[in-house]
Amino acid sequence: MEHYNMNLTLKVWRQKNATAQGNFENYQVKNISSEMSFLEMIDVLNEQLNAEGGEPIAFDHDCREGICGSCSMHINGRAHGPWDATTTCQLHMRAFKDGDTITVEPWRAAAFPVIRDLVVDRSAFDRIQQAGGFVSVNTGNAQDANCLPIPKDDADLSFAAASCIGCGACVAACKNSSAMLFVSAKVSQFALLPQGQPERTSRVLNMVAQMDKEGFGSCTNTGACEAECPKEISLTNIARLNREYMKASFLAE
Amino acid sequence: MSLSKSFTSSIGKKLVMGITGLFLISFLVVHVSVNSMLFLNDGGESFNAAAHFMSHNIIIRIMEVVLFAGLIAHTVQGLMLTMQNNSKRPVKYAVNPGNATSKWYSRSMGILGSLLLMFLVIHLSHFWVETKEALYLNGDAPMNSYEEVKETFSQLWVVIVYVLGVISLGWHLIHGFSSAFQTLGLNHKKYTPIIKMLGVAFSVIVPLIFAAMPIYFFVMSK
Repeated sequence: MEHYNMNLTLKVWRQKNATAQGNFENYQVKNISSEMSFLEMIDVLNEQLNAEGGEPIAFDHDCREGICGSCSMHINGRAHGPWDATTTCQLHMRAFKDGDTITVEPWRAAAFPVIRDLVVDRSAFDRIQQAGGFVSVNTGNAQDANCLPIPKDDADLSFAAASCIGCGACVAACKNSSAMLFVSAKVSQFALLPQGQPERTSRVLNMVAQMDKEGFGSCTNTGACEAECPKEISLTNIARLNREYMKASFLAE
Repeated sequence: MSLSKSFTSSIGKKLVMGITGLFLISFLVVHVSVNSMLFLNDGGESFNAAAHFMSHNIIIRIMEVVLFAGLIAHTVQGLMLTMQNNSKRPVKYAVNPGNATSKWYSRSMGILGSLLLMFLVIHLSHFWVETKEALYLNGDAPMNSYEEVKETFSQLWVVIVYVLGVISLGWHLIHGFSSAFQTLGLNHKKYTPIIKMLGVAFSVIVPLIFAAMPIYFFVMSK
């Protein structure tokens, strides 16, 4: 990939706080390297804003290696930008051309209110996790890891579901702001393993109840979540969540 | 947990949509099979016999009530779900992904369903209302359903409305058929590709046969 520099126009959502009226601001950035990540480009812009005495753009970021799930940005209409299976920090500027105008928005969902600029409050996900996304662990000596036989296929499916980083791209991408892909991953990773069995019924009922309480929409199977998920969580997890939910809600007393 | 909650949570509401949707699909199979008798070259004898059976058989009569219940549940729940889901993003995006992440018809089930509902009102006023009139108001008067179909479909505007109606049906089905299975948790490595293929075939073939009826009679009337 050949290196090049570019000048860009950025249209960024600016909002002072949760209650303030936000609006788009236009910014020019010059000599952006194609090797930079999208967040590094925002860093350059923020340095520039600092130097000019302006207010830097607030955005969530942490690991910058695609595993923390912080960098929530809706870039040109796509969660985490145009590339598949990447977070914003993994998006490189070579995805853009010289002279491009890039629109950057926060996640939009009633359940994810904007706190400031591009930062949204995703604590709804934390509360869903607290409602059932855990396993009970007994005290005493740790068991031998090999004493629980687990089929390799089940372990693989569970691990694939567990790769969900809770970034909220599924909610951001869904026309209904549904959190079903997130919840289905969290329910699946435990439902597939023997360690998850004691809370299997209460987990799915409580997590779905919390999901509804937080104001996420329902799933209409458009598949936009799967298309935007940086960890490529599969829609088959949503089918599993539906099965788990039916089994639990119809059979539990 | 109460049983009613199983149907009123976000997943429960979708279960209602999936179950009623599949039930309405099963009705389409009966409807398209019976109406295909219109194409038999016997002056409508078989079709009239079938129509008489469908309007007088007790099991069919009971199923008709169930069918209307299913249709109303699917419609009301669908409209409510669409409105609820639309309210979950009060501030819209300035830029949308369009068809990059999902198919337009999967995002348009509410609109396609509303079009279908409008078509159904016209469709029922054409045939269902008259059948009931003959049965209840006119003391089970003998009916020539075949002649009635022939006459109705000799009008160009009717043909256009029916063709548009079945086009909405096709797009509604192409998402709805396989989506219902996913909602009911019926997802399997071996069977899901078959279900998806069946869904596409059904959504193309059934509307095509339905569309052929008004077109056939319109062409014959000229």
